[in-house]
Amino acid sequence: MLENSYVFKIQRYSIHDGPGIRTTLFFQGCPLSCHWCHNPESQAKPLKTNGEDMDRVAAGLMEEIEKDLIFYDDSGGGVTFSGGEPLCQPQLLFRLLDQCREKEIHTCVDTSGYGDAKILLKVAKKVDLILYDIKLIDEKAHKQYTGKSVARVLDNLKQLSNQTAAVRLRFPLIPEMTDKDENIDRIIVFLKEDTIYRDIHILPFHRAGEGKYQSLSMKNYMEGIQPPSKKKVLNVKEQFESSGFSVTIGG
Amino acid sequence: MNSRIKNLRTKTREKEVTVSHERANLITDFFKTHVSINESIPVQRALCLKHVLENKKIFIDANELIVGERGPEPKAVPTYPEICLHSLEDLEVLDSRLKVPYKVSEETTAIYKEKIIPFWKGKTIREKIFAAMEDQWIDSFNAGIFTEFQEQRSPGHTAGGELIYQKGFNDLKTDIEQYLENIDFFEDKNALEKKEILNSFDIAADALIAFANRHADELEFRAKGEKDSKQKLEFENMARVCRRVPANKPETFHEALQYYWFLHVGIITELNPWDAYNPGRFDQNFYPFYKRDIENGTLTREAAKELLCCFWIKFHNHPAPPKVGVTAKESNTYVDFCLINLGGVTKDNQDGVNELTYLTLDVIEEMRLLQPSSMIQVSRKNPDRFIKRALKIIATGFGQPSVFNTDAIIQEMILHGKSVEDARKAGASGCVEAGAFGKECYILTGYFNLPKILEITLHNGLDPRTKKQIGLKTGDPKTFDTFEQLFDAYKTQLEHFIDIKIKGSNIIEQINAKYMPVPLLSLVTEDCIKNAKDYNQGGARYNTSYIQGVGMGTIADCFSSLKYNVYDEENISMEKLLDALKKNFEENDFLLYRLDQAPKYGNDNDYADEILKTIFKVFHGLVTERPNAKGGVYRINLLSTTCHVYFGEITGALPDGRKKGVPFSEGISPVQGADRCGPTAVLKSVAKIDHLKTGGTLLNQKFLPDFFKEKKELQALVHLIRSYFKMDGHHVQFNVVSEETLRKAQKYPENYQDLIVRVAGYSDYFVDLTVALQEEIILRTAHTSF
Repeated sequence: MLENSYVFKIQRYSIHDGPGIRTTLFFQGCPLSCHWCHNPESQAKPLKTNGEDMDRVAAGLMEEIEKDLIFYDDSGGGVTFSGGEPLCQPQLLFRLLDQCREKEIHTCVDTSGYGDAKILLKVAKKVDLILYDIKLIDEKAHKQYTGKSVARVLDNLKQLSNQTAAVRLRFPLIPEMTDKDENIDRIIVFLKEDTIYRDIHILPFHRAGEGKYQSLSMKNYMEGIQPPSKKKVLNVKEQFESSGFSVTIGG
Repeated sequence: MNSRIKNLRTKTREKEVTVSHERANLITDFFKTHVSINESIPVQRALCLKHVLENKKIFIDANELIVGERGPEPKAVPTYPEICLHSLEDLEVLDSRLKVPYKVSEETTAIYKEKIIPFWKGKTIREKIFAAMEDQWIDSFNAGIFTEFQEQRSPGHTAGGELIYQKGFNDLKTDIEQYLENIDFFEDKNALEKKEILNSFDIAADALIAFANRHADELEFRAKGEKDSKQKLEFENMARVCRRVPANKPETFHEALQYYWFLHVGIITELNPWDAYNPGRFDQNFYPFYKRDIENGTLTREAAKELLCCFWIKFHNHPAPPKVGVTAKESNTYVDFCLINLGGVTKDNQDGVNELTYLTLDVIEEMRLLQPSSMIQVSRKNPDRFIKRALKIIATGFGQPSVFNTDAIIQEMILHGKSVEDARKAGASGCVEAGAFGKECYILTGYFNLPKILEITLHNGLDPRTKKQIGLKTGDPKTFDTFEQLFDAYKTQLEHFIDIKIKGSNIIEQINAKYMPVPLLSLVTEDCIKNAKDYNQGGARYNTSYIQGVGMGTIADCFSSLKYNVYDEENISMEKLLDALKKNFEENDFLLYRLDQAPKYGNDNDYADEILKTIFKVFHGLVTERPNAKGGVYRINLLSTTCHVYFGEITGALPDGRKKGVPFSEGISPVQGADRCGPTAVLKSVAKIDHLKTGGTLLNQKFLPDFFKEKKELQALVHLIRSYFKMDGHHVQFNVVSEETLRKAQKYPENYQDLIVRVAGYSDYFVDLTVALQEEIILRTAHTSF
């Protein structure tokens, strides 16, 4: 597997990061530090490498991406750029998106929405589907649980809503953090008033990232927190649906 | 499940397996007193079968709808002393071993001691075979270079075609008469032999009709004495069925099932052919009867299901014949490899999935029995919902059904010279072996130990375990300057051992042709009547002999490690490596780490996969198209069943870092735990083998249960299978179980009596497996869902 300092992990046969069978590239580096992050190792910025040729890095990654073409074609899958935050590495991301388009490989960018608007809008023109997280609407809570202000995330989404790009909104359902009725109601109001989006995917918290925190000597805020009950997930689904949203559970 | 089926299912599951002396006793009587030396061998064999079927006990359970047992009662397994003779010690081992015992009564032991052993000692096929083999065959066999399928069981590996659903035995007798009349005693120098053969078929037909009539008699008798009117009617109806088939062509669904079942019992009573026998393309053969009965209003879906359940029970009543010698100690399964084929295409190349396919899948799920085993054939013409229905059964963690590629099987058959129609009617039997059902004698000759031959190459022809120079002197590997020199030496050794194997198998085929004809199996295998030749003489339309390559993943990783570490990167000298192998890597963790850095098969990495392709090409080239003794040719397939454990046991440490005695990779799966890039990478690697040039490959994939949990996961699996099949993959099977569960089952077997796992081409109870096999399954990489 050709992983490097820009992409810390390549996951083949990903089936929860967009349609069909996909290869997911996890980009290194993220401006947020969400308490529930499944990939805490991705938060640090990529190591500076002196003048590495981005074309060469992209070519190596394309080789990995193209290995599973037959599976993409059969299942309507493709490649997902996730992270970390892919918007943090626009040079690499643009190259990969361009080359995938040229080779007719379906692309998704999985973003927190916390990035430069110009980069995001440029991505929107090159990508087939944006997976966009909406987590918390309250500024204070957003800062507390992700480390950064929510304004940029909301503003970027409004701008995206004026474009033609396909967007799939994803709401991580995190016990005691994003699962409050008030948060969900305010997300609904925001989406209805300021965006065109009426579909949402609920991603219930799971404990896959748990072991990593200890080995990275990082604080695990989720210690002892159980995944939401089936009933809770259905209640949230109902909450969105009663406001006219179409809801899917899972990626 | 209704109470009838519940009752039968409980009985067949709980009944103890016993060794029955009934058949051995009857055939001994026959050969002692009834046989005339004036009769030809084929006629003797047919009369012997007739004697058994006319005199064995008739068993009918009051709950049954389909009747006929091989033994005097369910799960009483006969022996075949004319093929191989159990010693008193063998019987004791079978009776007393902890896992998978066959209970032996004092009466059976006494009869064996006084009658069976004294009569058959020195007369068995097994003894004939070992006496006929040359020293180098014996040495290679003892060293574990290959196994021999025919040393304890007769040639088989065949499945029923559509013939019996078109003709009754009386029709076949008319055909025989016709061909008898046409024998040319003026010009044909084999005329007399042909006459004897056709006569033997005719006697075998009478024998099975007589067997059915005995059941009809018994059922009529019971009907007369029965007071309960419903039961009385049922007996009368069953008696009518038994009176009609196999003498006549079946007219109803019930008759078709009963016809097949009598034939099945007849064939596994005649001898103990490998894989028992098999109803072949189940939903294709039985659908016309089902459809007609449903349309006539003489059958309901529920009644059809009940008949199918009864049919399933019959298979489960018949465990595999018990082994002798070392294999009696080690062999650990009751499974006899009947493989029900569902789906695929019709003979005119349309989607073959029908209502009966789905009904049968319901039966498989509900019965949840190890026997018969089941598979789905997936053609690109079959709908996704068919695959999903099967995946839902697989998800319950019972290893069935396995999944086969119809489009690949058809191509394999055509490439092997079969007609397009015969190819479309083909399927897989046993574990994964493709064949033209009802028209081909495709026997497996033995497993072939590919990694062991590397060990011998590295020792310049010497087997370090038996200390015998069984190979050629291809040179001291320390003197090889290039990888190519090493690989050439391996090729030379491989060719040497393949020659030994093929020579031996040709002799064994001639022994079986001469001494062990099978008139009943021949009668229902097309073109034996037309050719007036026995199945074991090459009478079938197609005759193929297979050698099964074992340890593909292990041998690929070994050569990858040698190329990478010794020649390309020069990380380690050949001398040091050989020394480490000799010491089984003791205290050499750094070297093991180095060896582990070499690219490994199963990761979609061309370095290792190209090596695998080369090995395949060489093995295929050395075997394929060489003539066998039946007018056909040799081919290869790639499966190991459980032989990768035995072959691993007798092989020392290897250059991929595998320690002495550890099991090899199984089938064409990567080495346990060496595949680290997920299922798509495994499938890509595995598909680099040219599957179409084989007669079957076996791929095992272990998935954690979350892989199967929701619609989305199932849909992705459908695509995964479709993509693999687009790449011409032959077969894939799934184990859906977590390591945690398996570990718990090892610790507390009493709580996991029902835990079923996929072993190789079959499923078995996990707690019944040997510890080595349990460990091997646990070590296989488990794919998780992302």
